[in-house]
Amino acid sequence: MPELNLTSAPAHLRHGSNVGQPLTRRDGVLKVTGQATYAADNHPPGMLFAVIAVAGIAHGRVTSLDVAAAKRHPGVVDVMTPDHKPQLAIDPEIKTNPFVFRMEVLQSNEVRYANQPIAVVIADTLEAATEGAVLLAPRYETLPALVGLDAGASFVPPVVGVGNPTENHRGDVEAGLASAEKQIDATYETPPQYHNAMEPHAIVAHWDGDNLQIDMPTQGLMLSLARVAELFGIAHDKIHIRSPFLGGGFGSKGLMAGPPVLGVMAAKLVGKPVKLVLRREQMYGPVGHRAPTRQRLRLGADGEGRLTALDHHARTVSSTFDDFYEPAADASHTLYAAPAIRTSHDAVRVNTGTPLFMRAPGEATGSIALESAIDEMAWACGMDPLAFRLKNYAEVEPVSGKPFSSKALRACYDQGAARIGWAKRPLQPRQMRDDAGLLVGWGMGTATFPALMFQAEARAAIRRDGSGVMEIGAHDMGQGAWTALAQIAADAVGLDIDRVTFKAGTSDLPDAGIAGGSAHTATAGAAIHSAGAAVIAKLADLATGDERSPLFGAGNAGVIARDGRLLRRDDESRGESYAEILARAGVAEVEARGTGAPNPAAMEEYAMHAHGAVFAEVKVDPELGQVRVSRMVGAFAAGRIVNPRMVQSQLFGGMIWGMSFALHEEAITDRRSGRIMNANLGEYHIPVNADVPPLDVITVEEHDPHVNALGIKGVGEIGITGSAGAVANAVWHATGVRVRKFPIRIEELLTQR
Amino acid sequence: MKRFDYVRPANVTEAVAAAARPGAVYLAAGTNLLDLMKGNISRPDRLVDFTHLEGLDAIERLADGSVRIGALVSNADLAHDADFARSYPAVAEALLSGASAQLRNVATVGGNLLQRTRCAYFYDTASRCNKREAGTGCDAREGENRTHAVFGWSESCIATNPSDFCVPLLALDAIVEIEGRNGRREIALEALHRLPGDTPERDTALEPGDLIVAVRLPPAARGFAGHARYLKVRERTSYAFAVVSAAAALRIDNGRIAEARLALGGVAAKPWRARAAEDVLKGVAPTADAFQEAAWRALTDAKPSGDNAFKIELARRIVVRALTLAAAGTPARLPALPASPFASTSGAIHA
Repeated sequence: MPELNLTSAPAHLRHGSNVGQPLTRRDGVLKVTGQATYAADNHPPGMLFAVIAVAGIAHGRVTSLDVAAAKRHPGVVDVMTPDHKPQLAIDPEIKTNPFVFRMEVLQSNEVRYANQPIAVVIADTLEAATEGAVLLAPRYETLPALVGLDAGASFVPPVVGVGNPTENHRGDVEAGLASAEKQIDATYETPPQYHNAMEPHAIVAHWDGDNLQIDMPTQGLMLSLARVAELFGIAHDKIHIRSPFLGGGFGSKGLMAGPPVLGVMAAKLVGKPVKLVLRREQMYGPVGHRAPTRQRLRLGADGEGRLTALDHHARTVSSTFDDFYEPAADASHTLYAAPAIRTSHDAVRVNTGTPLFMRAPGEATGSIALESAIDEMAWACGMDPLAFRLKNYAEVEPVSGKPFSSKALRACYDQGAARIGWAKRPLQPRQMRDDAGLLVGWGMGTATFPALMFQAEARAAIRRDGSGVMEIGAHDMGQGAWTALAQIAADAVGLDIDRVTFKAGTSDLPDAGIAGGSAHTATAGAAIHSAGAAVIAKLADLATGDERSPLFGAGNAGVIARDGRLLRRDDESRGESYAEILARAGVAEVEARGTGAPNPAAMEEYAMHAHGAVFAEVKVDPELGQVRVSRMVGAFAAGRIVNPRMVQSQLFGGMIWGMSFALHEEAITDRRSGRIMNANLGEYHIPVNADVPPLDVITVEEHDPHVNALGIKGVGEIGITGSAGAVANAVWHATGVRVRKFPIRIEELLTQR
Repeated sequence: MKRFDYVRPANVTEAVAAAARPGAVYLAAGTNLLDLMKGNISRPDRLVDFTHLEGLDAIERLADGSVRIGALVSNADLAHDADFARSYPAVAEALLSGASAQLRNVATVGGNLLQRTRCAYFYDTASRCNKREAGTGCDAREGENRTHAVFGWSESCIATNPSDFCVPLLALDAIVEIEGRNGRREIALEALHRLPGDTPERDTALEPGDLIVAVRLPPAARGFAGHARYLKVRERTSYAFAVVSAAAALRIDNGRIAEARLALGGVAAKPWRARAAEDVLKGVAPTADAFQEAAWRALTDAKPSGDNAFKIELARRIVVRALTLAAAGTPARLPALPASPFASTSGAIHA
């Protein structure tokens, strides 16, 4: 099943170059017919069901659990508690590497946040386990909960994001502000948000002796495997994880969280396979979220509308027991060419599950504040928001002074503005109405996201029958990795895509790194590309060194691979098929490995980012304050586009997330208890279809020879950036009301008639 | 889940007897009840499934000009009944503005009347809630309460009734037919839902075993068909409960309002009839000033229960708009976005 054979669907049949083709999702038929096996679809014989009991308080300790009552319930097999659990090989509080985060796996009765797991009930049926968890009727010693951005004394964290400096500056910001003709000083707030992947975190864990089989959605197979190995003290090769399909991850399935570890512990405790699936409300706690922020932006501009200074400070929160700091202010590093830029962060600790990576961590939160502030400054300068952005266009990366490896942002601005008709936009707000009398506003935002590369390895083979194999433990979160990476694989081995068996999604395959940072296609793609090149080189060695081959003497450099044949570069009429080469050589297959990795020399020399420009039209009821986005246009330059159809979907999704950020999403936290009061998809609002307007994505051509061998920059996260600010700015343009607290609520827009 | 008995009675009499026992509840479509059970908010001992009983799923036009809607008619079937929608357009519009197409396909008329509040503290079993567990306290009162009640609330409870359907029904003087231990009786919809007072655990006037078998709209309700709208402000375009909603229905003779009906949703533990506003409108021309005056009258007694003062101003504006839309005349076709402020947007995509 982690191996897809896809020769039948005509839509997949393409000849010639595979990369660049808008293939439909190769796993689409499996998914829509219910044949794609997600983790929780696995039911090994004898499997039991585990249900987590979670804390009803945010701070304190559990003083009692009625384990006897739970065990008396028919069907309950066992109850795992801090007093009754398998021992772990290491203390999970120990951070063995920077990508290890602390988790709650019943090591004590301490409660650090609401919805923290405090026990696990294992039963014959899901219903029995669920009722067993209720019957535990926990009692607590409750301590006051720390809640919100002002919960306590703030401090400056050592780093933000993944090792980013907390503070960064270039030039003299105070002097720049002092010399400015126009200044703005504005504070924006963003709420806590939760990933809410459609598929909840789930695990089916099965111990067979000291071998461990795990079915679990993960964006990082090998990171998860390594964490399980150290927690349970078993060798890597004893663990097999299958994660062929994810129903979304968005960062919440990147690193091993507590609940799946509890599933493995439960399976060990009862000596049977165990399935543990989080309930929707249980995802609001132990599996990460986007931290709230309060961001103050101070901007100065001269009489010509040139920025003189940009000061961006972000307050955020982390948990009381671990460190992750949303690097919101870092969004101001790359976009606008202020001669003086300062970014800084501080934080307070609150009783929350540790905030973690959520689609565009830092970039999303920072972007909506920065793009709002830029819009406010353009207005203060009496300038069109696009003209203002062009006036402050960064020809080199402002904070580092490095040239960009490529930057087609001007073309994004031009093409996006043309598509939405920006030239007709009145400068003043509250000038446009539609036929029905609704206020109409147009806003824009600049999108940006770094072009990252991680580490990956792939294995390629050419088989005796002339077909190819590409193996890589890559992850399809729904973004289309099964399709896009297979396209790269097909080109890498010079075969049509239906002649390549593409294997991914299991931990016994070469390490593909993590599907995060919008870097998976680039990183895994680079590994596939290099593995393909290596196996073709081996094949060429066989042919060019064999005097019976028409390619004899051509030399490696003189051979090209195409459609299952090697051809002399200088005479394409001379060549032979892969099958002929292998048959004559008498080998079943040739294989080779390749890697993908960042290029430190290029990183030293260039700033590498994807860019884009998003334009939004909103309609607002002038009396009632309800907002609806009516058009969005996004123009993005993200290097090479491997599959235009998948890329368009990724960018659509990001733009919808951006709209959601501006208008809908908020985890409502009770200010006293620290509990999240809308931990369900009915009340935690994300856009429904009726909220999503016609979306228009333009991918602007961009060739980048520096980012990686394939010139790919990644599209997974950039769509959120720019979009959230564009919608917020459009609301201002429609109403004349500048809302600085997100999401924008109806009551904020009732101030005017 | 808690184990429970599942009963399928042979007739209404058996159903009433079975449901009158302590710990028993009726099961219709279960679109609210099953969520409550899964969330451990309701822990019934026995479900009395009456969905197979005959005679409860008809829409009947009675000789006197009223309509009788069986309790098991689905929200979707009722809204899409062409004759019903023509006669009671605000009711159809309200139905189609609620929930999602999937939910409307199964949710029933009777169940809609009895849906529980959406107060987050009611649903959160770790919070105190007098409605869920009598006498424990109300964590909403000082909590996150920007969407809570502005009418009829008490220190015990500030929850709202979430129904859209009930709002125009109330405006049109709907009558609820109930089968109980002492036989058949009927009460005005206005008397069905209770304000919290000191006993918010009781949502309605129903007694143990009482089964709503039908809802009736009296003959006069048809008289508003030409000027009836439902308007619902919400925080996304579809699949959201009302922040505030209003049903407005007018009977206009010779350029004057012969009779006005007005009810608000999302503002109290029951759908809220605004009779004082109706009185103001009787006999006057349907002008903006008259509607403003009506809106002020409608909200005179409103009082914030928390961070929700904006709902009072919003409700005033919704009243004005709903009356204005009603005066303009019921549209020939139900809008693609029913009850939405964006209903008039051309080319709107169906919700």
